Amino acid sequence: MSKPKFAMYWAASCGGCEIAVLNIHEKILDVDAAFDVVFWPVAMDAKYKDVEAMPDDSITLCLWNGGIRNDENEHMAHLLRKKAQILVAFGSCACEGCIPGLANFSSTQDMIDTAFSTITTDNPDNIRPQASYAMPEGIITIPTINPILKTLDQVVDVDYYMPGCPPESHQIAAVIDLVIAALNGKAQLPPKGATIGAGNSTVCDECPRKRNVKAIKEFNRIQLMAADPELCLLEQGIPCNGPATRSGCNARCPSAGAQCIGCYGPAEGVVDYGARLIAAFASVIDSDKPDEIDKILDGLVDPAGQFYRFNLAGSLLRASKAAQTPKIG
Amino acid sequence: MSAEEKKPKERVGVYVCHCGTNIAGVVNVGEVSKWASDNLSDEGVVVARDYKFMCSSLGQELIQKDIKEQKLTRVVVAACSPHLHEKTFRNACKGADLNPYLCELVSIREQDSWVHTDKIAATEKAKAIISGGVARVIHHEPLEPLHVPIHPATLIVGGGIAGIQAALEIADAGFPVYLVEREPSIGGHMAQFDKTFPTLDCSACILTPKMVDVGNHKNITMLTYSEVQKVDGYVGNFAVTIKKRARYIKTEDCTGCGICWEKCPKKVIDDHFEAGLGYRKAVYTPFPQAVPKYPVIDDINCTYFVKGTCKACEKFCPTNAIDFNQKDEILTVEVGNIILATGWDLFDARRVPNYGYGRLANVFTNMEFERLSNSAGPTGGNIVLRDGKTTPKSVGIVHCVGSRDKNYNNYCSAICCMQSLKFAHLVHEKTGATVYNFYIDIRTPAKAYDEFYQRIIEEGTLFVRGKVAEITDAARNPGEEGKLIVQVEDTLVGKQRRIPVDMVILSAGLEPRYDSKALAKTFGISCSADGWFIERHPKLDPVATMTEGVYIAGCVQGPKDIPASVVQGAAAAARILGKIQQKEIALEPVRATINEEQCSGCRICNTLCPFNAILFHEDRMVSEVNPALCQGCGTCVAACPAGAIAGTGFSNEQILSQIDGLLLLNLNKKEAVPAVLPQV
Repeated sequence: MSKPKFAMYWAASCGGCEIAVLNIHEKILDVDAAFDVVFWPVAMDAKYKDVEAMPDDSITLCLWNGGIRNDENEHMAHLLRKKAQILVAFGSCACEGCIPGLANFSSTQDMIDTAFSTITTDNPDNIRPQASYAMPEGIITIPTINPILKTLDQVVDVDYYMPGCPPESHQIAAVIDLVIAALNGKAQLPPKGATIGAGNSTVCDECPRKRNVKAIKEFNRIQLMAADPELCLLEQGIPCNGPATRSGCNARCPSAGAQCIGCYGPAEGVVDYGARLIAAFASVIDSDKPDEIDKILDGLVDPAGQFYRFNLAGSLLRASKAAQTPKIG
Repeated sequence: MSAEEKKPKERVGVYVCHCGTNIAGVVNVGEVSKWASDNLSDEGVVVARDYKFMCSSLGQELIQKDIKEQKLTRVVVAACSPHLHEKTFRNACKGADLNPYLCELVSIREQDSWVHTDKIAATEKAKAIISGGVARVIHHEPLEPLHVPIHPATLIVGGGIAGIQAALEIADAGFPVYLVEREPSIGGHMAQFDKTFPTLDCSACILTPKMVDVGNHKNITMLTYSEVQKVDGYVGNFAVTIKKRARYIKTEDCTGCGICWEKCPKKVIDDHFEAGLGYRKAVYTPFPQAVPKYPVIDDINCTYFVKGTCKACEKFCPTNAIDFNQKDEILTVEVGNIILATGWDLFDARRVPNYGYGRLANVFTNMEFERLSNSAGPTGGNIVLRDGKTTPKSVGIVHCVGSRDKNYNNYCSAICCMQSLKFAHLVHEKTGATVYNFYIDIRTPAKAYDEFYQRIIEEGTLFVRGKVAEITDAARNPGEEGKLIVQVEDTLVGKQRRIPVDMVILSAGLEPRYDSKALAKTFGISCSADGWFIERHPKLDPVATMTEGVYIAGCVQGPKDIPASVVQGAAAAARILGKIQQKEIALEPVRATINEEQCSGCRICNTLCPFNAILFHEDRMVSEVNPALCQGCGTCVAACPAGAIAGTGFSNEQILSQIDGLLLLNLNKKEAVPAVLPQV
C-alpha cells in the first residue's frame, strides 16, 4: 500500500509558517516516513499541472498557509480543496487574514500606490504592476489582485483550523503525531471545523503573571517603561491582548516580558476579536470623566493594529468600505 | 443542502399590533403581517396576523388559540416596548402551555411608528424588525424562573417622613423593620420645618406622634447614628452590614433627662439642625422631641476627646450612662427587601455669587428661615435680621434658586413655589412687613395649593415676575441706603426694577444627597445624571427600581413635597408587603453564566458587576456569577474578552441571528448567508 500523501501550499503570507514546519526538527523525518510529500513548492519542485492531474481526494493532508489575495491563490484553494481529503487552514493568514489582511482597510489602488511609492522604493517612472502586458514575444500575465483579502474558509470549505503566527512548533509536532496516529487507527480526528494545535481558553490561562482586579488609569507602551516582571501586563496599562487570545502558545510573549499581540486569534466563543477586546479594555478604564477617558484612550496609539492586527479579514468587519467599494473613474 | 435540513425546526406565529393608531397610523400593519407570512415561512412562520390591540384579552386569546390549533412553538409579537407588555404576552403564552420565554416582543412602536413620519419607510422597518425577531426567537430556549424564599424583614434607609411612613406601614402589618438613620434622631428635614403648606399645620406637631410610634413599635428596630456600609445578597435574602457609630451613651441606662447637655460646657454651632443659626452642646440631641431620646457625644468637638479632660457630663449623669470607651459597632442584618428613603440636600446658595448669600448678612436660605420662624428655633420664632433683634420691614423672597437654571440644575425643585408662598404668609403674619415674591412661574398644581396662592395674593404679598439678576448692598440713591437691593427685570411690566428690602430669603432648591452616587452603587441601583435614583418606570412603577427587592421613596427619587413623600413611603411598603405575603419570589431567569473551561481568570469582569454578583476563585483562577445576585444586565457578558460569559436570552447565536434577520438575510429562497459577509 502506498503512503498517505502530504501537501503544503503558500498563498498570501510571509513564509514563516513553512519555517515553523521545518522547525519541528527531526520530527520532519516522521512526516517523511509517514507521508509521500507530493506538493510543497517551498521545499520541492512541482508544477500546478501535476496537481491538476492528481485524482480528486488523493492528497490525505494539505496544510494551507496564507490568505486569498489574488486569483492565483483562489484557483489553488479550489484546486487543493478538490484534491485533498483534509484541508487545514494553517497559521493566522489562512485562518483570519493576519498582517496581509490589514490591507482590507484600504482600496486596492491605495494599497498598490503605497507599495510602489515608498521612500525606499526605486521606481523613477512610477510604474504600477498590470495583470497583463503585451511583449513582442506575446502577452505575459501575472495574477490579478482581488479587492479584499479573504481567509481560506471564505473561499472554500475548511476541515481544521490551526492558528498562530506562526503555529508553535510543538503544536505542529503534536498535530502531525495525531494525524499519523489517526491514519494508523490509533486515534480519532476531532470533528470537522475544529481548531487544532491550540487550547480552548485564553493566553491568560497559560500566563504565569500574577493577576488582580483591573483598573487602568493610563495605557503605556512597553518600551517606554520599566514593567513589573511578575504582574499582569494589562494591569500595568500595557495593552496586552492575552485575555481574548486563544491559548496554545504557552503565553510565550507575556512570559518573555512582551504583551500578547494576539497571533493565536480569537479564543473559543469569541465572534469578533477586536470588538471583544475593545469592550474589555473599555470596561476596566478607571474613570467616569469623559475628558479623562478620552485621554486614557489616546494612549492606544494604533487601535486598528492593536485590536485587528491578525484578524481583520476574518472579523465581523472584514474590510473597510473603501476596500469594498470599487473606485469610480 | 438537503430538503430535510431546509425544513424549519420551529413553528412560529407572528402577531402585529395596531395599538389603535399608535402603530397603524404610520405602519401599514396589514401589509407587514402578510409580508411576514409570505417571506418568512422558510424560517418557520406558519401564521401571521394583525389586530387592533394585541394586549387586550381578545388579542391574547387570538395568540393562545393559534398556539393550540397551529401547534406553535415560538411567538413573535410586534407591538410596543418589552418594558410595557413583555410580561403580558409571556403570560398569554404560559396560559396556552407554551414556555413564556419562547415569546419575543419586538418594538414597532417606540422604535418605529413613534419615531418616523415616512409611512413607507416605517413599514419597511417594521418588516425588518419582525424578521429579526423571528430569526432570534428560533434560538430561544424554554426557561424556568428561579424561586427563592423571602426574608420577612425590611431594611429602610433614611428616617425622614418617607422612611417613617414606610416603616410604620410594614411594622403595623406585623413584619419586622430595621430603620437606619445617619443622624442621632429620626425625623429628617420635616422636623426642622416650622409650618407645612398649604394647611399651615405645625410640622413638628404632625410629625412627632409618628416618630414616637416608630420609637415604641415592637416591630421596628431603630438604628440611628448608623450607616449602611455594604449590601450582599439579593432580593429576598439581603445581608446588610451596618456601622453603628459610638454614641458614648449607654442607652440602656440613659433616661434622656437632659442634664448632660445642660452641664456640657462646650458650645458648638449647629449647622445641621439649626442651619447654622443656633448652638448645640457637644453632647446633644438635635431637638427636644428627638427619637430616640438618647443624646450623642460629638467626639470631634467634645472637650474630653479633644483635650483629655472635662467629663462634666459623666460627673452629672444621674444614671451613669456616659461611656467614653464605646466603640463603633458593625452589625449585619438579614432582610428580604430594602427601601431607600435618604432624602435630599439643600442647594448651596453660595454657588450663586450674585445673590450674595454668605457675603450679605441679611440674605437667608429657606432652611435658615424655617428655623427663624420656628418657635422651637434659636429666636423662639421671631423673624429678625442677622443682628438677632431687628424685625424686617420689607422682605424679598426669591424663587428657583439653583433650580430651573442651566447654570445649576435644570429641574424644578417642586416645593419652592409653595414654600415661598408659605414664607410670605409667615412673614406677613408675624412682622407685617411688605413681602415681595420674585418668581419665574408659579406652580401650584396639587390639592388646595392654588387656593393657598390666591390667599397669599389677598394677604397683600407683591408678586414680581422675573428672574432676580442680583442682590446687592451698593446703594444708588438715598432710599437704598442700608438696604439690600433686589435687581430684577419685571417681565410683566417689561422694565428693570430695583427693589430695596431689609431681608432676602432664597428658596434654594433640592439636590440629591452629596453621596447619592456612592449609595446607589452600594445598593446596586441607578442614578440619573442629576443624581436622583431611577425608578423602574416613571409612571407605572415609581417606587420600584431595576434591582429586584430595592425600592425608593420620597425625595431620593426626585424633589417632592411631604404628601408625595408619604404616598411613596406607603406605596413602597405596600409593594413589599405584597411580596412578603407570597413567601417566595420568582426571579427572572435571564442570568449571566461563566463557562469555567473558557474562563482564564483574567479578572476583567471582577469589578464591573453593579450587583456584586461576580466572585473570583483564587484557587482555581476562575470567576463565577452568583445566579441569584445576577440581574442579567449583561455588563460582564459584553466585557468578557474570552467570550466565556453567556447571558441567558442573549447568546451570540441569538444576537447574530437577529442581526441577520434585521438585514433580511433570512428571507425565503435566500441561501443562508451569515450577516457578516459583505457582497463583494
